[in-house]
Amino acid sequence: MDPSQFERPAPNEWRIQPQAGMHVPGVIFADELLIRAMDDKVHEQVCNVARLPGIVKASFAMPDAHWGYGFAIGGVAAFDADEGGVVSAGGVGFDISCGVRAVLTGLPRAQVDARKTELANSLFATIPVGMGSTGGIRLDPAPMDDMLAGGARWAVDRGYGIGGDLERIEEGGRMAGARPDYVSDKAKKRQRDEMGTLGSGNHYLEVQEIAEIYDGDAAASFGLNQGECIVATHCGSRGLGHQVGTDFLQEMVAKASAHGLTLPDRELACAPIQSELGQRYLGAMRAAINCALANRQIITHLSRQVFAEIYPDASLKLLFDVSHNTCKAESHVVDHERRELFVHRKGATRALAPGHLDLPADIRASGQPVLIGGSMGTASYVLAGLPTSEARSFSSACHGAGRSMSRHAALKHWRGRQLVDELASRGILVRSPSLRGIAEEAPGAYKDVDAVVMCAERSGLAKRVARLTPVVCIKG
Amino acid sequence: MKAASNPGSIRPHWEHFEHVADIGVRGYGETAEEAFANVAMAMTAVITEPEAVKRADAVQVKCEAACMDELLYAWLNSLVFEMATRHMLFSDFEIEIADGRLQAVARGEKVDRARHQPATEIKGATYTELNVRRGCNGGWVAQCVLDV
Repeated sequence: MDPSQFERPAPNEWRIQPQAGMHVPGVIFADELLIRAMDDKVHEQVCNVARLPGIVKASFAMPDAHWGYGFAIGGVAAFDADEGGVVSAGGVGFDISCGVRAVLTGLPRAQVDARKTELANSLFATIPVGMGSTGGIRLDPAPMDDMLAGGARWAVDRGYGIGGDLERIEEGGRMAGARPDYVSDKAKKRQRDEMGTLGSGNHYLEVQEIAEIYDGDAAASFGLNQGECIVATHCGSRGLGHQVGTDFLQEMVAKASAHGLTLPDRELACAPIQSELGQRYLGAMRAAINCALANRQIITHLSRQVFAEIYPDASLKLLFDVSHNTCKAESHVVDHERRELFVHRKGATRALAPGHLDLPADIRASGQPVLIGGSMGTASYVLAGLPTSEARSFSSACHGAGRSMSRHAALKHWRGRQLVDELASRGILVRSPSLRGIAEEAPGAYKDVDAVVMCAERSGLAKRVARLTPVVCIKG
Repeated sequence: MKAASNPGSIRPHWEHFEHVADIGVRGYGETAEEAFANVAMAMTAVITEPEAVKRADAVQVKCEAACMDELLYAWLNSLVFEMATRHMLFSDFEIEIADGRLQAVARGEKVDRARHQPATEIKGATYTELNVRRGCNGGWVAQCVLDV
């Protein structure tokens, strides 16, 4: 994008003043290189979101923003239900509650390396990954509804977890207000045998080494010790979430005019929060959030089984679980006034400030862990929310690197086999059912994650705690 | 991306187009039905080589919508649903469209992970770049971006 089309109130803040129907300004957090590299569509989408009714303060985009569906990926927007605010299926996205979870192993890199090939093979054999894979749990209608109401708590109650897991998950592992009865039969049918599956695309399970620590105190409270390994999982609500997104997007488009909404883009399909459709979507979306939380919990359970066999002394402890495609009811101070808002984060992570009461007591002083996924071969990060996060962006930060190149272009640049060999020569073992899938997800097809997190820190969204590098990557 | 050759015509049946995060699919045809069949073939090609998908089993698909754009959204998402719940891939589509109603028979087979090497799952067809139109030469074009 051309930087000259923005006001620049701070080195990492690019502002679009309200114009042509925008109720609030647009604000993009980025450095100059990132803003120049960003798609023009981000500008258009940030402005379109600012035109939705009931939006509060600004339409935000995070440093990893790119062209999305209606909302930019990396878009954050809050709405006030009492001012005609809307909830948007497009603003949450198809993969509801897609997120990242980090699990501490306490194992030094050398100990992992000693049996690394066996670990990679066993993880790949145990965790269902890629198209056509199914999980070991088949859910009939009644247990399906229990899962959708219970989330990770449902999973832990059934033995897929240990004490202490739940408090390290947003919402205590169970999203309140879920309405399984608002989820279509089609969506439930898609999920019947997909529990505990990773999916494909940019989803992965990685064993990563804690390569560098930036904030010793926060790292210590999170249990991150340099040279040790963690297990990071990136996946979401699987077929159920996708179908909920598809169903409600269609219904919201069809009923937009009946709600008096003129959509600048069909993908911005939304409904007033206080409408019957808005409430029904919120109930179904919260059920899909629970599906994602349960799914990641089962994958953690499977990871623990693998580690227990190969490293019998290891004890896998959940560091944190974040979701980055959600709409949540939250309380925020806006212009010195506390307001109850519905915050959409589409490809953006919640980043609560130190001391926030929703954080577990033992890490509260450090702020919320913000888990930033990389891609095969590139770094991932653990960040922490800052006292400035709320005033900057409703306590939100980036979620990953974001693509810089299409799948099509990536296929022209790289061959899967060559990438696997190159990464292996750097000590990174990749396992995937598809060599073409690996080429499409080539590390070079993503933005520079280091620049993205540096910018998040300089913008006051979240601070860097630790940098992680991949050791084993299971890729869908 | 490879496109199937169309005997007797220079124009391909289908193609993929660029989207930074995901991928666009486009089908051409002398009729709307043909364009809908070809865009479905383009969707299969996002996952695997369509030539590798045997036409072993047939699945009935029905959907309806208020306009052709919406019908394309419904059609591709119906196929996403059938692929996901039956663990199938499709490589042949017989379609009838009348009065906003689509009836189809999709033929394909169960995913064979070794043979098909599925590159990715499709999460859903989206409204982005969603368009069904008739060109000035009378031919039909049907397209949208898929979330993968």
